[in-house]
Amino acid sequence: MSSNNESVQKTITVALVLCLVCAVVVSSAAVILRPAQAVNEKANMQMNILQAAGLYDPQQSIQDQFQIVTTRLVNLETGEFVEGMDAERYDQRKASKDPSMNRVLSGEEDIASIKRQAKIAKIYLIENGDQIEKIILPIHGYGLWSTLYGFMALEGDGNTVAGLGFYEHAETPGLGGEVDNPNWKAQWTGKQVYQGDEVGLRLVKGGADRSDSYGVDALSGATLTSRGVDNLLKFWMSDAGFKPFLDNLKQGRI
Amino acid sequence: MAKTKELLFDPVVNNNPIALQVLGICSALAVTSSMSVALVMSLAVIAVTAFSSMFVALIRSQIPSSIRIIVQMTIIASLVIVVDQILKAFAYEISKQLSVFVGLIITNCIVMGRAEAFAMKNGPIDSFIDGIGNGLGYGAILMVVGFIRELFGSGSVFGIEVLSKVTEGGWYYTNGLMLLPPSAFFIIGFLIWGIRAWKTAQVEVDEFKIAPNSKMKEA
Repeated sequence: MSSNNESVQKTITVALVLCLVCAVVVSSAAVILRPAQAVNEKANMQMNILQAAGLYDPQQSIQDQFQIVTTRLVNLETGEFVEGMDAERYDQRKASKDPSMNRVLSGEEDIASIKRQAKIAKIYLIENGDQIEKIILPIHGYGLWSTLYGFMALEGDGNTVAGLGFYEHAETPGLGGEVDNPNWKAQWTGKQVYQGDEVGLRLVKGGADRSDSYGVDALSGATLTSRGVDNLLKFWMSDAGFKPFLDNLKQGRI
Repeated sequence: MAKTKELLFDPVVNNNPIALQVLGICSALAVTSSMSVALVMSLAVIAVTAFSSMFVALIRSQIPSSIRIIVQMTIIASLVIVVDQILKAFAYEISKQLSVFVGLIITNCIVMGRAEAFAMKNGPIDSFIDGIGNGLGYGAILMVVGFIRELFGSGSVFGIEVLSKVTEGGWYYTNGLMLLPPSAFFIIGFLIWGIRAWKTAQVEVDEFKIAPNSKMKEA
């Protein structure tokens, strides 16, 4: 190798040219592949929503199946639909970080340990004529290692659970990670949320009685994840969460 | 031809990057809890090692030695980002499971090791083949570890159930340790032991002698 490789000029030239070439390669890859990635992300979210509602059929295309779902925005405080905003493009997770669109939760209230909550939630409805068949609500809260993000699907009565599923979490595989276990998730279907005016739905350590219409087995070996799931359910089904909306729905006000 | 074959298959057993050089252990612990994830990770590492070695070899006579490491890193990092973007676009499910570990290929010692040790001294074609060979060596270990971990940890192979689990009404109690990263340490340790028992040339000479007074003596 020639010695003029070591000159200052050569060093800077090589560094500059290399950086330019690499920058072009990386940014073109990002730009060219962006549309395909966006399609994947959207399809993945739609699949999660359908799965939570127990409607997902892997044989059919996600887009076709998702056509029955309507996306709506709900003001959590008043429990009313928000009109005049593009529901498709609203990003609840982004809004929860935006001071003009979120609400900081006080320590006492914040049982799900999420600190900030978006004022407007993005929910999904499956309607049959005028009747609402299923209501799919986004829920999230802290488990052991991570925030669990998921969907809770309720039947049209706003009280019976149709399904529950988490699409993003980093709990211990085999222990807390069992929130993804289909057998555990199957237990939720048919349970009741409200016992009188309170949230009755809960996880029971040591196993719930089969006749208990509010109890679901806690995960064995995952006390903290189970507690997290329990807390986030209590939070999102309470007045701070979707209760005002569900009450409005039940009384036919919206 | 003989040289190509040697470059390609030597790193699989005789000069395996994980078993002999003990490089790239971190990601081998992290991505081997299921075989399909391990397979995609292996393919990603093969692609990155092969292409980075090739590009480094291509420009090796232009690289000033004072900045050669950072030049190699830049090339590797760019390739890793491209691979990550491709996975997100075409294998979304798997890329979600691999999460940060694709990005961490940048810090995988195997890639950098081949660029520095081989590609700086050899032509682009040889370097490319050497990169594939070392990627294969990494992949081979990953697949073996992944097979053992997935079979005993989840009772399945490539997500297809082999041993029916107790949680799903079967008879097999899954081994929780196998799902956690430390199990890969044990498995890789046993693999290294096995390979060195078979290929005794790989046994390392002791670098030092244990002083006599620290040996066990009869009282």
